[in-house]
Amino acid sequence: MLLASDKIRFEQLVLPHVDAAVNLARWLLRNPDDAEDVAQEAVLRAFRFFGGFRGGDARAWLLQIVRNSCYTWLEKRMPSELITEFNEELHPGMSINPETIALQASDRTKLLNALESLPVRAREVIVLRELEGCSYKEISEVTGIPMGTVMSTLSRAREKLAQILSGSARKEASNEL
Amino acid sequence: MNCELSGNTLHGYLDGELDAVRAAEFEQHMAGCGDCQRSLSIMSSLREGLHQADLYQGAPSRLRSRIADDLGSQTRSSTAKWKWLLIPAVSLALVLITLRVGNVLTHYRTDSNRLQAELIDAHVRSLQPGHLTDVQSTDQHTVKPWFDGKLDFIPPVEDFSRQGFPLVGGRLDVLEGRNVAVLVYGRRKHWINLFVWPEVTPPAISSEGSRQGYNWLNWHEGETQFCLVSDVSSGDLHELQQLIRH
Repeated sequence: MLLASDKIRFEQLVLPHVDAAVNLARWLLRNPDDAEDVAQEAVLRAFRFFGGFRGGDARAWLLQIVRNSCYTWLEKRMPSELITEFNEELHPGMSINPETIALQASDRTKLLNALESLPVRAREVIVLRELEGCSYKEISEVTGIPMGTVMSTLSRAREKLAQILSGSARKEASNEL
Repeated sequence: MNCELSGNTLHGYLDGELDAVRAAEFEQHMAGCGDCQRSLSIMSSLREGLHQADLYQGAPSRLRSRIADDLGSQTRSSTAKWKWLLIPAVSLALVLITLRVGNVLTHYRTDSNRLQAELIDAHVRSLQPGHLTDVQSTDQHTVKPWFDGKLDFIPPVEDFSRQGFPLVGGRLDVLEGRNVAVLVYGRRKHWINLFVWPEVTPPAISSEGSRQGYNWLNWHEGETQFCLVSDVSSGDLHELQQLIRH
């Protein structure tokens, strides 16, 4: 049992980041309903562990718990999600046209589909960086990726996203022929 | 993309994570590297697309109340012994106590820590429903005159919607016991507070840092002090700072 004073501190420090918790869960699980359940559970866990919070970045602390809960959920229900490594799948020779990407990326539906089809480890760094506005240090705290490799992980994730958009543009073009 | 830097340094540059020296070195390299120019253009349109597409999904209010129920059932104040106490009274008392303790504690903080803490507190307070703005307008010609007569200085007010930082409004706030002007900018689903106040001697606060998940960026121009506070990345804060200084 926690004290009411803990609750107030928790409400001040951690609850402002509930939006961030739901957003991360939604993109990791790709389903709004499951995301809400897992985020709710994660916030409750965070509250129980709040005694162990040593101060510092409350958002990163909460998001780390949310991410762990999501990965546990995926392990149980969609283990295949976690097997896909995205590092080996890059095709470095594939040429990507900047104009094509500009066009594809301005279409919300295409972008949403492309982001959802990214492997989860690529998706999470893009969501943390571009949607949540996390710094590299925060990304490292949340995901456990060493600080020195956040930059290259983001680089591969963005490259992969560009390839997916480029590939779907190519498919459209061949369908039109 | 064959240039080695396009798969690494370029992203640190794009994200504002390189220090000034490395950023300048990279710019110099990029001026003569077609691979990196192409790659930067691709990565910038990806980023712009992601920012424009409104993909952020926050917590619906039903989830917030579910969480509030969870927390209530986990705290001691809801056990039988306390049931006769009205919860609002307990909360109010605790808020008062926390404020008192907070006041006492701030006396022991150093000056710079105190200002940092006050800035972050003011930012967090502004996020409570109804506290963000006193004057809500995206029009700089509405916001600027609003400050007239309320302060002994007039803050510079400019809208940066086209650059991705729409002006949301302004309000008065208090820092170290004096009135300051606050301009509020939006950034995707996040808010940025710009605190502006006159200060002859620059205060003892480091120019940037982070605390409790919030970043601040502090600078002065002449005798005017500026401080940006937000949960957006420090890269975003630097971008807005550039716009304000121009």
